[in-house]
Amino acid sequence: MSMANSRRDFLGMVFGGFAGAGGLAALYAMKRTWDPLPSVMAAGFTTVDLSPMKAGELRTVTWRGKPIFILKKPPEENCNHIPDETKKRLVKVGDSEYLVMIGLCTHLGCIPSWEPDKKTFHCACHGGEYDACGVNTFGPPPRPMDIPPFKIEGTKLVLGEEGPEYKKMVGKA
Amino acid sequence: MAHFTKANSVYEWLDQRLALDKLWKVLAAEYWIPKNINFLWAMGVVLMTMFTILLISGIFLLMYYKPDTKLAFDSVNYTIMQEVWFGWLWRHMHAVAASVVFLVIYIHMFTGIYYASYKRGREMIWISGMLLFVTFSAEAFSGYMLPWGQMSYWAAQVITNLFGGIPFIGDDLVVWIRGNFYVSDPTLTRFFMLHVLLMPLIIMAIIGLHFYTLRIPHVNNQDGEEIDFDAEAEKYKAGLKKESKVIPFWPVFLSKDFFVLGVFMIFYFYLVFYHYDFAMDPINFDPANPMKTPPHIYPEWYFLWSYEVLRGFFFNVGPLSAMDMGLIAFGIANVIFFFLPWFDKNDEVAPASRRGGFKVWFWLLVIDMIVLTIWGKLPPTGFNAYIGYVAAVGFLALWAALPAVTARKTGLLWFVILVTLALYVAGYMEYTKALGNGFLIVSLFVIFYLLFFLNPVMVRNRGGAR
Ligand code: FES
Repeated sequence: MSMANSRRDFLGMVFGGFAGAGGLAALYAMKRTWDPLPSVMAAGFTTVDLSPMKAGELRTVTWRGKPIFILKKPPEENCNHIPDETKKRLVKVGDSEYLVMIGLCTHLGCIPSWEPDKKTFHCACHGGEYDACGVNTFGPPPRPMDIPPFKIEGTKLVLGEEGPEYKKMVGKA
Repeated sequence: MAHFTKANSVYEWLDQRLALDKLWKVLAAEYWIPKNINFLWAMGVVLMTMFTILLISGIFLLMYYKPDTKLAFDSVNYTIMQEVWFGWLWRHMHAVAASVVFLVIYIHMFTGIYYASYKRGREMIWISGMLLFVTFSAEAFSGYMLPWGQMSYWAAQVITNLFGGIPFIGDDLVVWIRGNFYVSDPTLTRFFMLHVLLMPLIIMAIIGLHFYTLRIPHVNNQDGEEIDFDAEAEKYKAGLKKESKVIPFWPVFLSKDFFVLGVFMIFYFYLVFYHYDFAMDPINFDPANPMKTPPHIYPEWYFLWSYEVLRGFFFNVGPLSAMDMGLIAFGIANVIFFFLPWFDKNDEVAPASRRGGFKVWFWLLVIDMIVLTIWGKLPPTGFNAYIGYVAAVGFLALWAALPAVTARKTGLLWFVILVTLALYVAGYMEYTKALGNGFLIVSLFVIFYLLFFLNPVMVRNRGGAR
């Protein structure tokens, strides 16, 4: 009797374990199927040549489907009204400084527009505002515009790769 | 094996094998419905009809729709609208039904709340109904994206972005859901799958569950009266139709349902033929452009109230950013209705008009949700931001107050009201920038959320209201 019972329990456990392992494997397969494809991941790099840019000019390039703002700073302008927070957002390439950031409002992801005369970024969605360094100064955005991972190769900017300048900037090094 | 005699008709042959008679009795002819219920109880049948229309019109749209970011917009706006015979009809029927289905769901839901149909044995009906609301929301959202217009695109962008608010895994989760770094082709195709297969399957299963949950506790009635369904059914079957408090679903009750349905369908087809555009945002007739945002983004009308709860908080409180608070409130707003049977501490089943404090609560909730809906559509600039804050805090406050209201704990109720008013004042000072993310607001919010979560646990049930 107890023999038979324990045998049945054992079979039950073996079957349960077997089915459980199969279920986990299936879940893993489902998760991976839903993952971004390798081709999508590989397409995540963009190279921009910064040398033709003029001081004060804003350029928008596309990286991973997102707009990237590149702003070349005129020498007199220095982003230093909130010194520590913003100074380190400037990238030095050659002897000019650039601002590189993801042009999506950190609130809900709209694209803010650059207003050159006021030197601010204005997000029309909910009235968010950023200063010329991409730091949020008004409205609902919770933080400055994000910095994309980048690397500098001579006068070229490679988006999507974490170079030493980027690591220093976000405090990873 | 059972004994089979030779059947004399096709019906008899089938009946012997499928028990058609019995099935019909269980589902219709001897499914008992109380007599004293009004037209609001017809909304279930209206919903069923709307769902059927969505399914059928969807099938015809599916024949020409192309789930590809390059083709989707034209397949809808050119092929279906211009080329396919009656393509416009299916599209308008589908779009209008998708919109009014929510109107009817809300009426259905608030009928349940008004008549206290969610308690004492009817909790499962309520929960399965709320599950349907959630799955319908997912269905509507995934469908909204398919035409790949500007509003579709940015709605998808904003909604998927919300998951980024989840601590630690947020950013990766967003990429995972989208299948790319931004809303793009893989996002469209997976939402397409959700919209045409997975969600409808789940919805149909839950509809089955929802009907099943009605079977034992039976449908509530206008007076919240407890009816002995078996005894009343016997009376009815014995021919005492006048004395019996119940009627069979078929044909007696359905005839009333059909009348309500008929009136509703006139309204529905009026919209389909003359005002289909109310269900379509003009911005969605521009093709999606990931590099340009429309100046003002808002969801369809039926999501506006929860969207406004999300947006309602406009200032940071210490370590909590305005956005985090919005996300927390939004999360609460989306699940809180599930817990209604436990937030309501009064066991009595009666219409709100006879439940004193609850009546006030009910109408305040309705008004607050209308305010949230209206302000959800307005741009949250200037004073609108403050109104949004008042309505969003008000929504949470109403829920925090419900256990106190229904258990008649006046002291606790006053406490909730005072904290809420204090939050309004603090919010106003923040709005005019007199207060800077102060300690005061932090502690107020702490009290508020504690109240909210502990309230239903702390308040004891006082039984009947009388
Ligand atoms: S998305 Fe920019 S302010 Fe809301």
